[in-house]
Amino acid sequence: MAHSPIVPQRVYWLVFITLLLLTLVTVDVAFYDFGWLNIYLALALATTKALLVVLYFMHLKYSSRLIWGFVGAALFWFLLLVGLTGADIFTREWVPDPPGWGANGSGP
Amino acid sequence: MSTPLVELPRTSRVNYLNVSYGIRSWLFTTDHKRIALLYLASVTLFFFLGGFFAVLIRLELMTPQGDLVQSETYNRLFTMHGVIMIFFFLIPAIPAVLGNFLVPLMIGARDLAFPRLNLLSWYIYTLGGLFTLAATVFGGVDTGWTFYTPYSSTYSNSNVMLTAVGIFITGFSSILTGLNFLVTIHKMRAPGMTWFRLPLFIWAHYATSIIMILGTPVVAIAILLVGLERLFHIGIFDPKLGGDPLLFQHLFWFYSHPAVYIMILPAMGVINELITCFSRRRIFGYSFIAFSSIAIAVLGFLVWGHHMFTSGQSIYAGMVFSVLTMLVAIPSAVKVFNWTATLYKGSVSYQAPMLYALGFIGLFTIGGLTGIFLATLAVDVHVHDTYFVVAHFHYIMVGGTIMAYLGGLHYWWPKMTGKIYPEGWARFAALVIFVGFNLTFFPQFILGYLGMPRRYHVYPEEFQVLNVMSSAGASILGVGYLIPMIYFIWSLRYGPKAPENPWGAKGLEWLVPSPPPPHNFDVTPVVTGEPYDYTPESEEAHAR
Amino acid sequence: MRAEMASGASSATSVELGRSPLAHHFDDLEQQFEASTLGMWVFLITEVMFFGGLFASYAVYRSLYPEGFAVASRRLDYLLGAFNTAVLICSSLTMALAVRSAQLGQSRALRLFLAVTMALGLVFLGVKVVEYSHKIHEHLVPGPSFRFEGPHARAAQLFFSLYFAMTGLHALHMVVGIGILAVLWILAWRGRFSPQYYTPVEVAGLYWHFVDIVWIYLFPLLYLISRT
Repeated sequence: MAHSPIVPQRVYWLVFITLLLLTLVTVDVAFYDFGWLNIYLALALATTKALLVVLYFMHLKYSSRLIWGFVGAALFWFLLLVGLTGADIFTREWVPDPPGWGANGSGP
Repeated sequence: MSTPLVELPRTSRVNYLNVSYGIRSWLFTTDHKRIALLYLASVTLFFFLGGFFAVLIRLELMTPQGDLVQSETYNRLFTMHGVIMIFFFLIPAIPAVLGNFLVPLMIGARDLAFPRLNLLSWYIYTLGGLFTLAATVFGGVDTGWTFYTPYSSTYSNSNVMLTAVGIFITGFSSILTGLNFLVTIHKMRAPGMTWFRLPLFIWAHYATSIIMILGTPVVAIAILLVGLERLFHIGIFDPKLGGDPLLFQHLFWFYSHPAVYIMILPAMGVINELITCFSRRRIFGYSFIAFSSIAIAVLGFLVWGHHMFTSGQSIYAGMVFSVLTMLVAIPSAVKVFNWTATLYKGSVSYQAPMLYALGFIGLFTIGGLTGIFLATLAVDVHVHDTYFVVAHFHYIMVGGTIMAYLGGLHYWWPKMTGKIYPEGWARFAALVIFVGFNLTFFPQFILGYLGMPRRYHVYPEEFQVLNVMSSAGASILGVGYLIPMIYFIWSLRYGPKAPENPWGAKGLEWLVPSPPPPHNFDVTPVVTGEPYDYTPESEEAHAR
Repeated sequence: MRAEMASGASSATSVELGRSPLAHHFDDLEQQFEASTLGMWVFLITEVMFFGGLFASYAVYRSLYPEGFAVASRRLDYLLGAFNTAVLICSSLTMALAVRSAQLGQSRALRLFLAVTMALGLVFLGVKVVEYSHKIHEHLVPGPSFRFEGPHARAAQLFFSLYFAMTGLHALHMVVGIGILAVLWILAWRGRFSPQYYTPVEVAGLYWHFVDIVWIYLFPLLYLISRT
């Protein structure tokens, strides 16, 4: 059976209601301050929603391993882009200033 | 590989060239073989246009003074040379011409998975090319092919927008080609054509497609953001707003470093076919070569920061990128060693395609090893932005990619056109190109090491001798490229008819008539054996 | 002889030529379906990387200028954003149901769900137009006319540059998606789809859901950075 299986309507509606509820939660948590956790919480919620869409609406749950592989590759390469770019941006300040540098605000 | 093929009288045979006539039958074709020829015509045009700019550059550099062009003009010359050669020749050359023609034939498919997308990719390429041509006509671009911000986004007064649009559009043709190859290789293989029976040319194109798919969109967005910044003054890379110009370089090199492997991987794929055929030997270490292609594609995405060692990038990132860059040497060396091992004790014959292949191995090795110098953080600070870098990447791109492209074009020319080219002239041209190439670019290693920076049109007098050598070599190289152009066209009309398999080579493409019929295979072939089956038994069978 | 060669290429497997949805170079509809869906997934991977460049830029600047981004984010109307999120989730549901109708061969339901999906897409774009015009009025469009009070004006301009680039590109994908659905609606009206052949609907569905996912990330990242 190569064509996607016919998913029961009930599943679609369940996913739909979960997505709406998660959206409410997403909005709600933005009104509390969890410090550095804020962004990770928002991303975790968004990722949960995205997973629901990918798995059920896009039928990934019922797809071949090949397609799982391609989706995984997309994720991996995106993290690569962010990760290695970040590796530069966030370690630039680690370098101690040479002696006599930046004493009167001339440093970067 | 045993393949039942119906024997038909060769003379009345319908092939993809004579199945229909007229300009419409070409412009609306969805046949991958015809699209390959459309690409062949267009990339050749861009090759000679880019070459024309190179001629002007080398003429200017004959003397230490700026006597031929002004510095602004010179900036535009090297930018247009780079933009045209990279985006409009090197990247599409092997995949879109040879790959397009051969991928379906080699795996036993009737066409690529999406023939109309394939045609669309050529139109997109042509449209992007027209924008770039327009930019050339209106005066060119002076940002360098790298479009570094904030110069490109704010200060340059040249045709940045037109060129950026051209490159942005052309990127999608590359994406569509990669997409088509990936799906075709996954879903359209003939019965029995398992992954480890695929010709290594296919593995190389699979790896190339991965880069096209994952890298090209990132450069597209980077170029788009530069365009938006110029047009609407939104400020994503604008340092005046606290934006980071290096962010552009990250996005740019995320694609543009792997793009080097878009150029070299298919070339390596071609070399596998040539080496095995002309040394009559099975490839040494099939699976190592296959996986090294994939390894190069993946590792290629981890090393882009080595273009930014002196840019103000964090030195810690620099160290990581430096180490990761060295890793690329491993799969590349695996390939070189395996090719040499294949040649060992082979019955080598020196036909024109083989001359290019041997040239490739030598020049690629030099280009690759000097790449390790440049990957070394400390050495790179010394030779960064000098002619050493210029020489290094020309050894890879001209000595590697173009050598393999020409070798492949000679090798499959009888299949593509049904005509034989003059062998003597072809060997002569290969020799001229090899000599001209080395004379052009070897002196540039020395120039760079002595400290001559790239992208200047005046230089101290002590560099003149080496520069004159380089310019002399360039003129030899130019003649070398014109000769095949002439005899290829000549052979279309006067060349003798090519048989099905003029080289006695293995592979499904050699089992169909030359030129192949419109749908490649009258009967879907069933593959039963490994590729490169140049065993004594099969050689005897061929002789009979 | 000639005709036989041209059309009889794979007579053993191909269904009757002409109106058959099977293209000449595939062996059967199953292979064609697999190739098409794989092709769309691969295309979506390129889209991930395309938006990925923007998300990477966002990640860099948000971590460099956390306060500026928080301040700027409060200038967006999160209620409109939430409303639009709900609209897109609804449209994803109707799109999924449209694919299901196509699988079951329910042509009327297919056309209905396609139409609802398109309508929801238009609602989304309408809200986006309202939001954009507010931003223009408030001088929040980056460039010479940009006005932002307080110490974070420069970071805010970076934020709004990203806001317009990301939501603009997303809206463009919505427009394309609505166009594709319109074509599908016409094809469905002409009765081109059947339980054996509904590949275009499935593939368009993948695209539509992907555009929804992009918004699922954009909403919290742009509208909800800090509301405390």
